[in-house]
Amino acid sequence: MEALQAALEARGLPASAAVEELGRLAQEQWIPQNGARVVARAWVDAAFRKRLLANGRDAVAELGIAMPKHHRHLVVLENTPTVQNVICCTQCSCTAFTVIGLPPDWYKDFEYRSRVVRESRTVLKEMGLELAPEVEIRVWDTTADTRYMVLPVQPPSTVGWPEERLASIVTRDSMIGVERL
Amino acid sequence: MDGIHDLGGKQGFGPVRYVRNAPAFHASWEVRANSLYAFAVRLGIFNMDEYRHAIERMEPRHYLAASYYERSLTGLATLLVEKGIATHAEIERLAGGRFPLAMPIGPGRGNAPARTRFAPGDRVRVRDEHVPGHVRMPSYIRGRTGMVVSESPAYPFPDAHAHGVAAEDEPTYDVRFRSEDLWPGSSDAALVHVGVFQSYLEPAA
Repeated sequence: MEALQAALEARGLPASAAVEELGRLAQEQWIPQNGARVVARAWVDAAFRKRLLANGRDAVAELGIAMPKHHRHLVVLENTPTVQNVICCTQCSCTAFTVIGLPPDWYKDFEYRSRVVRESRTVLKEMGLELAPEVEIRVWDTTADTRYMVLPVQPPSTVGWPEERLASIVTRDSMIGVERL
Repeated sequence: MDGIHDLGGKQGFGPVRYVRNAPAFHASWEVRANSLYAFAVRLGIFNMDEYRHAIERMEPRHYLAASYYERSLTGLATLLVEKGIATHAEIERLAGGRFPLAMPIGPGRGNAPARTRFAPGDRVRVRDEHVPGHVRMPSYIRGRTGMVVSESPAYPFPDAHAHGVAAEDEPTYDVRFRSEDLWPGSSDAALVHVGVFQSYLEPAA
């Protein structure tokens, strides 16, 4: 790590300053609270929800959330009581990280990557999400630079809550699709 | 390439080591490692396809034993050497020891000569191709048939973009497969959606 940073510095490339700046972005700005705000807005504002499902990238920009240039498309996957969407990247670790936060270890690990596409119901159950047999599972493998996020179902007990309070119950794992709220 | 990274559908792995709402980072060096490769991408030293492919080229024993951020650093170091930014000897001197790099890069390829524009509802087949270089077609869909659900904006073609080969950007199709068609008699029932580049697809007979 230090060796590579030093090698870049030796070429006059300001690696240390960039590491500090990008590190701050990764820890303070690319966080699941962004996606949580998007979900809460979609729960309370039907017109926003419609725009979000039609063009995720433009809709999250309305809330001041940017995506890297190479993520040209954000597809928002709407859960229903009988549909559970779940996202993965079988070949590496791709996520809409500026929206739902950088992925945790388990998402990038070999077990999830190998098994979730083939044994989705079993894997979700092992992770604590037991789905009724009538719930259809849709797995989304992030193989191109299109990015995905799951729009969880709003818990009925939270209808009428203010947007900020709604955002506080939305987790990153629910936007990956391995948890229901 | 049919590399070790292409894990979708591989069997034998154990339970997901799941921790609810786990943090993205566990140590400050991981944050720095993540930033360092992003810095190199921002400078244009290499692109994301080159970066992904450099990690895929890691010798499988190393790939499986390394942590995620060690894989990231290996990809970065490999590309710094291949791009002439640093030498392997210099990196090992600065690191004070061995710093294994990924295996050498193979040939890339351009877009498929005949590409079809598809529409939602079209039945498509993933071409039965074995590619020596970078490819973003997971092997579990090779030769399989699915249905186009939607189209994404055009992206650089990874098989070319990871190798410095000139190519046109091309659309990717969200193709829906049934798990029973991918792994007959050997999967949980689900719909599996994959973003498939146009060059990988042909109309299903």
